[in-house]
Amino acid sequence: MPGDARPKGIFKNLTAKIAAIPMVLTAMVVFLGCSVWTIVYSFTSSKLLPKTRWVGLDQYERLWGSRRWLVSIENLAIYGILALVLSLMIGFMLAALLDQKIRFENTFRSILLYPFALSFIVTGLVWQWILNPEFGVQNIVRAMGFENFIFDPLYNADIVIYGVLIAGLWQGTGLVMCLMLAGLRGIDEDIWKAARVDGIPTWKTYVLIVIPMMRPVFITTLVIITSGIIKLYDLIVAQTGGGPGLASEVPAKYVYDMMFLSQNLGQGFAASTMMLLAVVIIIIPWAYLEFGGKRHV
Amino acid sequence: MSDSTNPMARRDHTHDSVEPDGPRPRHRLSGRNIMIYGTLIMISLYYLLPLYVMVVTSLKGMPEIRLGSIFAPPVDITFEPWVKAWSGACTGLNCDGLSRGFWNSVQILVPSTLLSIAIASVNGYALANWRFRGADVFFTILIIGAFIPYQVMIYPIVILLREMGLYGSLSGLVLVHTVFGMPILTLLFRNYFTSVPVELFKAARVDGAGFWRIYLSIMLPMSLPIFVVAMILQVTGIWNDFLFGVIYTRPENYPMTVQLNNIVNSVQGVKEYNVNMAATLLTGAVPLLVYFVSGKLFVRGIAAGAVKG
Amino acid sequence: MHTTCKALFVSAVIGASSASAAELEVTHWWTSGGEAAAVAELASAFNATGNTWVDGAIAGSGSTARPIMISRITGGDPMAATQFNHGRQAEELVEAGLMRDLTDIAEAEGWKDVVHPISLLDACTIDGRIYCAPVNIHSWQWLWLSHKAFEDAGIPVPTNWDDYVKAAPALEAAGKIPLAMGQQSWQSAGAFSVLMVAIAGKEIYEQVYADHDAEVAAGPDIARVFKAADDARKMSKDTKVQDWNQATNMVITGQAGGQIMGDWAQGEFQIAGQVAGEDYTCLPGLGVNQIISTSGDAFYFPVMDNEEQSEAQGVLAATMLKPDTQVAFNLKKGSLPVRSDVNQEAANDCMRKGLEILAAGNTIPDTNQLVSPDTNSQIEDLFSEFFNDSSITVEDAQSRFADIVADAD
Repeated sequence: MPGDARPKGIFKNLTAKIAAIPMVLTAMVVFLGCSVWTIVYSFTSSKLLPKTRWVGLDQYERLWGSRRWLVSIENLAIYGILALVLSLMIGFMLAALLDQKIRFENTFRSILLYPFALSFIVTGLVWQWILNPEFGVQNIVRAMGFENFIFDPLYNADIVIYGVLIAGLWQGTGLVMCLMLAGLRGIDEDIWKAARVDGIPTWKTYVLIVIPMMRPVFITTLVIITSGIIKLYDLIVAQTGGGPGLASEVPAKYVYDMMFLSQNLGQGFAASTMMLLAVVIIIIPWAYLEFGGKRHV
Repeated sequence: MSDSTNPMARRDHTHDSVEPDGPRPRHRLSGRNIMIYGTLIMISLYYLLPLYVMVVTSLKGMPEIRLGSIFAPPVDITFEPWVKAWSGACTGLNCDGLSRGFWNSVQILVPSTLLSIAIASVNGYALANWRFRGADVFFTILIIGAFIPYQVMIYPIVILLREMGLYGSLSGLVLVHTVFGMPILTLLFRNYFTSVPVELFKAARVDGAGFWRIYLSIMLPMSLPIFVVAMILQVTGIWNDFLFGVIYTRPENYPMTVQLNNIVNSVQGVKEYNVNMAATLLTGAVPLLVYFVSGKLFVRGIAAGAVKG
Repeated sequence: MHTTCKALFVSAVIGASSASAAELEVTHWWTSGGEAAAVAELASAFNATGNTWVDGAIAGSGSTARPIMISRITGGDPMAATQFNHGRQAEELVEAGLMRDLTDIAEAEGWKDVVHPISLLDACTIDGRIYCAPVNIHSWQWLWLSHKAFEDAGIPVPTNWDDYVKAAPALEAAGKIPLAMGQQSWQSAGAFSVLMVAIAGKEIYEQVYADHDAEVAAGPDIARVFKAADDARKMSKDTKVQDWNQATNMVITGQAGGQIMGDWAQGEFQIAGQVAGEDYTCLPGLGVNQIISTSGDAFYFPVMDNEEQSEAQGVLAATMLKPDTQVAFNLKKGSLPVRSDVNQEAANDCMRKGLEILAAGNTIPDTNQLVSPDTNSQIEDLFSEFFNDSSITVEDAQSRFADIVADAD
């Protein structure tokens, strides 16, 4: 080991650099390389196979003239904001409850986490059944005597996205809860003791001390949730197929359908370039804040 | 933000003064406990409802499913769908159900999970504790990569693998899983290691420990909960992966999800909902088992937290 | 590493079978019970030639199978044969020289003389060369009517579309959904093209889909079709299912009066133990214009370096169109054979109607053969919206349709 004498300067960096080679290669070759490739081909009229027949901005003009794309963006915005806020809140609340040294913690945690293990193809189907007015929840409530009860989120274009949200939260909050729990477990017991000695109530300790200390975990969770939201596809396909009409279409589905159903790679690449651009616009300022200036260690 | 707005907190506070040395408060049958367990049980019921529907459906025959309510318990319990899903459902010519791909899935899962977690945890550690110039740029690119829809990358990666001579092989698939797991996992580890007290790290440096020794003897043992989370993420993701498994390998290596897809996703013909549900539950069994077993490590995470102080 | 793995596998498999025969991996998306049984017929016929069929079934056509096929082909590790909807979807792969030319086989087997209708072979032909082997015919233009639903409503089962539309209020009064229609976009767009053939006729259909004539698409004939589509929209508004077979099930159980769906719906009635003419009625061309489209499945054969495998690909293609294989395969599949010179004893009532129409030559090419997948999905999007949103007016929808036709390729 090169650590007999205290490593300093270039040596300290050397080991870390060697260890980080896989990351650097992945970042540069796969993510940067493939993104550039995608952007380049978004200016072509590639159909089934990538080909360099340049068409300038045609694909983008068609993209922004497409009703389906505009609906998709709007849906993603509604779904995204709600899913983000709700899964963070519910996930944290559940983690806090589980962190109370309760009995059967393992059982509760497994129950909350199990949806995460099941394939979307079928969970979409199950929720489609449960939310189906003919034989799902609406039917049950009506059978209990509430004849006029109406609950058909998947068949009403105005609220279909909330029907998807119900299933999405069911599937995803377990993982958020787990991440939060891991974060809470990383908080020192002494901090709780100190807070109690000072007479700070529990909820205030969470808000003022614990949550700020968990900032890194929150960022991780935020990235995991948002990247999942942006890639939202399987659930929509399984639950609504984008319907009724175009009412639950999302951008990732637009990209895939264009690439593989319409056999219009160029259009799919143009749509994914727009998605990429949106992500970059959000991430770069965050990265600047996160890394700019302050130096750790 | 006044205390009086939260009677719950108040009560806590007064109770605590009775036993100031204990960990966090723990009372049996107090109002607080009723609230905690009540909430958890209510939420658990909501989470279990779809599972109930799936289990019940998987135990019914097709005529009963066509006619009955999805919530009704089965009249004639049959395990036929489970048997069929595991060993009888057809994938084209091969009528041996999910069992066909099970070992393939294990062969893909184990190396992919271990390799991706090993690489990403070292990445995260290097980023958190041994920062070097330019690291942030690579890391930012990596994070942006987490947001790119997988399907967009399919064709360029085919070309990459072909040039590396790995296309169609198991190692190619393991590599793909490692690459796509890297952004989230690296972020996970980096952020967790960042919150480990710097003093520990500094003390180890003073003792003359190097990059690998600090990683193995200090960081690893302290980070069990986050390794559990990473494992949950990877096991679930890789086990349920269909797209990469089917695109980057050959039929003899196809994972179990290919059979699941073929059972569930048939374009034409009658949908056998009971077999679909049984197949889904069977496929989900491995990640579920991992979740349950890993629970022990979570509990040990509490002990680790206690040691830290 | 890669080559050793491959070598190991190859030796392992060859050890299990005869040494001289070629192994061909065949990708297809027929995975349900009846479909798998049909594939087994193809496989056993091929195995009987001394070669070996290695099955690579992947359920789900478009978004699932297509990236796999294209990746395998461009990754330099192609399957030996793959199912594709024949039509214009594989055009580009052929143009790129990635598909094996089957002209020699077609000539030796006399496909030009036996394949009926010949448009099936035309769809496989690019620049005078044949690149695919059609294996079956499916047609879209069918109306399936539930006898139980009409009995419950106390009215006779209609014999054509107009009577059916008139019967809708009575069905509704009896608590039935007049027309069952799943919400997936291909079902909406399919129903519209069926209405077009039935109401506006063959010429108009061809002017719109084959010639991409936007003026016709904006004209009075198509306006009548949109009027009928509007009727269908009103009749189907209470269908709350997604999948086509769930909608078919509503017809089977008598909850719905009828459904516009292709002949594959036949299988659902059969499995439910229903008898054509007694429990349900099938009306080709909606009982108005007895014309059916001829779409279906076809196999393409990617170019392979290995001489022996290339040879075997030809054998496979020839085997698929042999009379015996055609009969055995199509009976299990529930579709019509691509050649008219084969025995049709086992065909049921509805299939016979289809065969008669085929024999009379009242056929049109399927929309998949006439417009690109891109145009097709734009049309699907439009009708998915139209059928699910009653606020879209007929005029508005027609002008959007004409725009798509004008830009069609």
